[in-house]
Amino acid sequence: MLRIPCPFCGLRDHAEFDYEGDATVTYPPLDAPEDAWFEAVFLRENPRGRHREYWRHTQGCGAYLIVERDVTTHEIFGAELAHPGMASAMEGAA
Amino acid sequence: MRYNALSVIKNGLRGNIDWTRAWRDPEPKPAYDVIVIGGGGHGLATAYYLAKNHGVKNVAVIEKGWLGGGNAGRNTTIVRSNYMMPGNREFYSFSLKLWEDLSHELNYNVMFSQRAHINLVFSPAQRDALARRYNTMLLDGDDGEWWDRDRLKKRVPHLNMDGRYPIEGAYVQPRAGTARHDAVNWGYARAADALGVDILQNTEVTGFVRKAGRIVGVETNRGEIRAEKIGMAVAGHTSTLAAKAGLGKLPIESHVLQAYVSEPLKPFLDAVVVFGVGHGHFYISQSDKGGLVFGGDLDMHNSYAQAGTLPRYTDVMGCAMNILPATGRIKLLRQWGGVMDMSMDGSPFIDRTEIPGLYLNAGWCYGGFKATPASGWCFAHTIARDEPHEANARLTLSRYREGRQIDETGGGPVPNHH
Repeated sequence: MLRIPCPFCGLRDHAEFDYEGDATVTYPPLDAPEDAWFEAVFLRENPRGRHREYWRHTQGCGAYLIVERDVTTHEIFGAELAHPGMASAMEGAA
Repeated sequence: MRYNALSVIKNGLRGNIDWTRAWRDPEPKPAYDVIVIGGGGHGLATAYYLAKNHGVKNVAVIEKGWLGGGNAGRNTTIVRSNYMMPGNREFYSFSLKLWEDLSHELNYNVMFSQRAHINLVFSPAQRDALARRYNTMLLDGDDGEWWDRDRLKKRVPHLNMDGRYPIEGAYVQPRAGTARHDAVNWGYARAADALGVDILQNTEVTGFVRKAGRIVGVETNRGEIRAEKIGMAVAGHTSTLAAKAGLGKLPIESHVLQAYVSEPLKPFLDAVVVFGVGHGHFYISQSDKGGLVFGGDLDMHNSYAQAGTLPRYTDVMGCAMNILPATGRIKLLRQWGGVMDMSMDGSPFIDRTEIPGLYLNAGWCYGGFKATPASGWCFAHTIARDEPHEANARLTLSRYREGRQIDETGGGPVPNHH
């Protein structure tokens, strides 16, 4: 079992989360050239090591997180809120 | 040495001291015509068909571990061709035909058993979707049948017909079944070796040798080996090796898929049974040794670890209890994980690459085992002739850019949806 440190809920089993994909992908503007869209939609770095990825705490607070994890050892280096507004609000609260 | 009934009897009477090793363990030559990276089923089959079909016999298969130690030794051995989309349709249909004669072709018993693949149906919508699929298969000359509840109960008496999800019937491919995965690897290795192919185990590719924009060889822990053409068949680790070759990013994520084997039982299940409702996914068969071999979905998060996590494990056991409650008191013997190339549309590619001299066989998701013969056949054809065979003409790497994805499930460009 992986354990993800949710900023709202604390350290929780990954069975409570849904995996939502590669967080290193940034989508280009709508009028960007086709190549940029092709790369964002279809191509992945797929590294064997540290990976930034989205997880959603579906069965907890519901927040989308960015988790940094080693995809070979499953070591988790940290989790932050994916939404920048929420992330800064959390910082203000702390 | 040719294997036949007489040789078994003769060697049996003589105490089995005259058997020779099935393939050599040669030192690497400085150069080959073709190097195939990856000594799994696909790589070995590619080498065999290069030698057999195309007369290219100066071939090496390079394997970093031992033969079939990757996904070829980590699957649930199901062979079927119940695909619908053009691209997959002709490819898997061709593969099943090759399976039907494989033991004779290789002079090695791959224990291919056409025991039927039973796709359980739980709702009218599922029945309609599968009717479309199986009718497409019939139009293409493959086999497919509807079995009602009575017929199903006779064939699989232990099924829980009226559980949480009552079973309406099943779509069945009678020609589908299972094969002995190790025998497939060993059979191809032995047959390729007999045609002159060098199989180099414990040989890891650490880099590529380039000359004027071409790839002309590989660097390995046993030295540099040159070749005019190099084919990669290392599904699960394609992205890592492709990065070394300078291929750039690929439409692949690596994910882990678990499989399970129970203690050996007396005959219990003589077909492959598949269950799929909502997020539940489960498939099971019984091996010739008696163990129940089964699996389910991916763990769902990217992984290069050849081991799975607990939530999927409990999910699969829940599926087993749902459709075959009689399995509830059976002990689990082994569990393992394999790393899959999950492609962006759930279908593979066998293609040339933008780098001259480099060929790519990848993206098998978790359907690679059944593809082994056709994958080897088509990859050999693509390497030898620099053009695809008709069965892999649509399995291109460029299809994503062209908007021609072969998306069997309609899952979209999300690797773990396939």
